[in-house]
Amino acid sequence: MRLVRLFRSPEAISGLVILGLLGAMALAAPWLFPRDPLSIAGPPLLRPFQDWALPLGTDRLGRDVVAGLFHGARTSLAVGLAAAAASILVGSVVGTAAGFAGGFVDEVLMRITDAFQTVPGFLLSLALVSVIGPSLGVVVVAIALSSWTGPARIARAEVLSIRERDYVASARVIGMHPVEIALREVLPNALPPVLALSSVIVAAAILTEAALSFLGLGDPNRVTWGGMISEGRAVLRSAPFLSIIPGIALVLAVLGVYLAGEGVVESSAAREGQA
Amino acid sequence: MTKVLEAKNIVRDYHVPGGMFRPARTVHAVKGVSFSVDRGKTLAIVGESGCGKSTLARIVTMIDAATAGDLLIDGNKVDIAKEKLTSEMRRKVQIVFQNPYGSLNPRQKIGDVLAEPLLINTDVPVSERRDRAMTMLKKVGLEEKHFNRYPHMFSGGQRQRIAIARALMLNPSLLVLDEPVSALDLSVQAQVLNLLADLQDEFQLTYVFISHDLSVVRYIADDVMVMYFGEAVEYGSRDEVFSNPQHSYTKTLFAATPRADVESIRARIARKQAAAA
Repeated sequence: MRLVRLFRSPEAISGLVILGLLGAMALAAPWLFPRDPLSIAGPPLLRPFQDWALPLGTDRLGRDVVAGLFHGARTSLAVGLAAAAASILVGSVVGTAAGFAGGFVDEVLMRITDAFQTVPGFLLSLALVSVIGPSLGVVVVAIALSSWTGPARIARAEVLSIRERDYVASARVIGMHPVEIALREVLPNALPPVLALSSVIVAAAILTEAALSFLGLGDPNRVTWGGMISEGRAVLRSAPFLSIIPGIALVLAVLGVYLAGEGVVESSAAREGQA
Repeated sequence: MTKVLEAKNIVRDYHVPGGMFRPARTVHAVKGVSFSVDRGKTLAIVGESGCGKSTLARIVTMIDAATAGDLLIDGNKVDIAKEKLTSEMRRKVQIVFQNPYGSLNPRQKIGDVLAEPLLINTDVPVSERRDRAMTMLKKVGLEEKHFNRYPHMFSGGQRQRIAIARALMLNPSLLVLDEPVSALDLSVQAQVLNLLADLQDEFQLTYVFISHDLSVVRYIADDVMVMYFGEAVEYGSRDEVFSNPQHSYTKTLFAATPRADVESIRARIARKQAAAA
């Protein structure tokens, strides 16, 4: 039922198609391009559509652009999903704890959230990566650190309303432990609006990762779209395709995540309206 | 007669913290109320919205603590503010809430809703939990096929039956019913009330029945307590209170009940015609 409704809206379909293609690219990369994408594959600055062995040409050092694109999809999606999962996990646990415990705990947790929110997210990630050093794990942590506050606030607001419901009171009457009530009765019902936020977080995480790589703070051992754009910047006038191609990939990825997220939220909203 | 519930001078105050522009104040929700209920009997607590009925229900159910006063359940003194409640005491009192749409977790299947009290309070194996839940489901008038459904697939009356079934899973000695039928259609109200009466006979249950509907109270209650602004203004057997109300609020309450018998309808029509002529 739910899937049928998901496939009825054109936005959702296009979003899912784009995401599906990106996912396929990411998964197929090691088989289609088994060579290290950072190794030299041909003459430098080969233009696209000249040599069919290298369909999108090569960069300044003669690295294959298609291979970079495919391997870059792996990095972008991995970072995007991992960072979003981490920030939603941390955010909803903190939010639920704050909302459910109330009082002093709530006060402390929310002031910590405030502190994180007042620092610009990108600056925080930048600082962390430049202190600890660029690697994929650190980039994920850095992005999660700057985006867990949104889910935390939304989860807390939901929990504040849900903890007053009668089913929470009846859970108490049958003697359920407060921690169990928070995790089993309150949290699952507070999650849907938090999950609606996930597409925004994934998209933002992909962009942040690209921006970090563009500034040279991405994992140097991995191809990333941001890194490719940054590489192409030096020859922007003579070989603009080197920046444009990964740029288009980036735009499509973010667009796909947004559209698919929108579609999922709408189809679940329709279901709730019916219930 | 054994007293299942005895409450002596129960007081509950709520402290409302002051803000920048208003002083802190104390709301006296319940002001020294005493009552007792015998095994197998029903005490109805009647009163208007905000008179402290539901606060009293939460105190009796041991969800909230009383500010002062003694609460005795099966002769044992309970004070949740001072000591942790044993699960044995916990299971003696269960509650059915007013709003059947808010009292069931929307993400929990009915079978799990019913088995959960056993899971938490006893070490009964899975198969027996399932059997007991199924038996209780049938006892409240639902069917086997409902076991694996979610709450949103049920009507208000059915949900209230589920809530009653959940409350009975632990064989409580006292069941607090906080306006259990006021959110239901009239015909469904009658069905649920009959179910409650049948269950009371079968399990020797003791009810504290909170309501503002006097016709419902007259049907189900043995004793009646009328509350007005946190005080018990009238307390006695059903027949005493209904035949000879003492307090002015009780009299107003009875006068406010719509009359639906044939005689009064005829009289009303006659008055109307006389006025029109």
